[in-house]
Amino acid sequence: MASNSTRFEVEAAADGQQVLSIAGDWTVWTVALVEERLRNTKISPDAILDVSGLERIDTSGAYLIDRAFGALDGIDDPIAIRGQHPSLERVLKRVRKASPAAPPDPIRPPGLIALLDRAGRGAVEAWLELMGLLSFIGETMATLARLAVNPRRIRWKSVVSVMEEAGLDALPIVCFLSFFIGLVIAFIGANLLAQFNASVYTVELVGIGMLREFGAVLTAILLAGRTDSAFTAQIGAMKMRQEIDAMRTIGLDPMEALVAPRLIALLIMTPLLTFAATLSGIAGGMMAAWSAMNISPTMFLSRFQESVAPINFWVGIIKAPVFALVVAMVGCRQGMLVEEDVVSLGRRTTSSVVQAIFLVIAIDAMFAVLYYMLKV
Amino acid sequence: MSLAEAPPAREANAPADGDLAVRVRGLINRFGRKTVHEGLDLDMRKGEILGVIGGSGTGKSVLLRSIVGLHTPNAGEIEVFGQTLGNLSRAERLKVERRWGVMFQDGALFSTLTVRENVMAPMVEHTKIPPQLMRELADLKIRLAGLELDAAAKKPADLSGGMRKRAALARALALDPELVFLDEPTAGLDPIGAGKFDELVRSLSNGLGLTVFLVTHDLDTLAATCDRIAVLSDGKVLAIGPLDEVRRNPHPWIQEYFSGPRGRAAVR
Repeated sequence: MASNSTRFEVEAAADGQQVLSIAGDWTVWTVALVEERLRNTKISPDAILDVSGLERIDTSGAYLIDRAFGALDGIDDPIAIRGQHPSLERVLKRVRKASPAAPPDPIRPPGLIALLDRAGRGAVEAWLELMGLLSFIGETMATLARLAVNPRRIRWKSVVSVMEEAGLDALPIVCFLSFFIGLVIAFIGANLLAQFNASVYTVELVGIGMLREFGAVLTAILLAGRTDSAFTAQIGAMKMRQEIDAMRTIGLDPMEALVAPRLIALLIMTPLLTFAATLSGIAGGMMAAWSAMNISPTMFLSRFQESVAPINFWVGIIKAPVFALVVAMVGCRQGMLVEEDVVSLGRRTTSSVVQAIFLVIAIDAMFAVLYYMLKV
Repeated sequence: MSLAEAPPAREANAPADGDLAVRVRGLINRFGRKTVHEGLDLDMRKGEILGVIGGSGTGKSVLLRSIVGLHTPNAGEIEVFGQTLGNLSRAERLKVERRWGVMFQDGALFSTLTVRENVMAPMVEHTKIPPQLMRELADLKIRLAGLELDAAAKKPADLSGGMRKRAALARALALDPELVFLDEPTAGLDPIGAGKFDELVRSLSNGLGLTVFLVTHDLDTLAATCDRIAVLSDGKVLAIGPLDEVRRNPHPWIQEYFSGPRGRAAVR
């Protein structure tokens, strides 16, 4: 398809009539060559169009000609054509029928107003999200209360399957990560505390750190990344394929069949996972203390028993069910919010993980303030 | 070669090879042990609307996918605009590909883009048209496909099924192709919407000299728009010709297809 030189000429004929002669190819591949000059050329609507030099034409070329003759200003007179062309008239007619009444708004660069507009929308959206989450938690609690009255309606099969998937299967990764974190804390502590000749306090550092904070928070963040996203994707995919609607029509309550089992399973498994995480974190610290400071495991454990109060264990483990609630609720709610398109599934999964991690850390901070005030 | 010179071929006499838009010879497609096409031959003339019908699993969509190069056939030769696709270099192939547009069954619109951006996507990729003109041209295609302009700024998810099909057609028309492939364009539309879509295809083909390859199950579409009909069965083209001619073919499937209650109503 050799491109013939696309061009046009405007001249006044002897009788003062304006003539627009177009030549070469006027197609989607060539219109860019003439569009700017044609846009800036004044052509009277009653001018004559000379097509004797015209070769190929398609709708893009026809649109340009139509626009030049004022189609966008609502001028609808037929164009006077001089010369012969096999398809011009046909294409021009079809294009005129579809020609938009006015050109689309020019592309505007985003400005300060747009920035403020988006910031405002974001703030309102965050507030609505929080309210939505609270109302979803309320709805789930009502469902749990109903189930507590009538425990035979609890779907134990789903509960156990989620316990395996979200709990047991997560055990290795939770333990591994926690072990390494314990190791890291002990090494940092060993170097720092050695400067004060207090390396033996590494035991307290690891013990209190793992028991109070890292066991629970690490587990919760891992669950937020692993289980929360899985909940959103599972429920979201069901929502997309109208399975949730189908459940409702046959009298199955999705809150009871999908949300409640996931919440119950996580409420059971998260404290257990937290416990396992804490243990392997302490084991990691013990390992580091042994290899770097010659604190033998026996010494480590006896010092641990003497100086780390049992309250530290309760302070940590009590957060686990709260984190379980957050992860299960955010995951299920975002899944239920998926619409019927694929984009929303991806968007919801992302915001699900972000929200869950954010809430876990924010709630952990609130616990820290609370414990400080209670002096535990 | 361009749509400018393609006459609206309505005459039934056999064309010369130069008038063929698509020429398929000896196409063989197998999936595992299942043979879908067994030496299929098909000629498609420039400017015609060819309807392709056949029972489920007779390989209508596979034929379409083989012609546009989404599926590599096990054997056979496919020529589009006189060029054998298998022998072309990448650049040459791209040149041929730009001359056709494909509309997929569910639209296959890019879900992250608005309708206008969807229509602009092929132009952005292949042409150097300035952005403002590109938007104007996209709006023209949207209107050509029978959509109002308030749909232009919407995302595909916000459109009804019928509107999505029209938006998909607008994208297929973005580069002013000479040949358009439509995969079940009226499936899932209500009869009124389907009727309007048939009219649209007919009027675009007449007005712009489009050649249309149309896979369909819709008997009304066959009757209302197609110049010729190709019936696929047993891995071959069982019959090809104008509707009246194909209807008289004694093959049992064809007889059942056209003389069932739905068939009779559509072609009456």
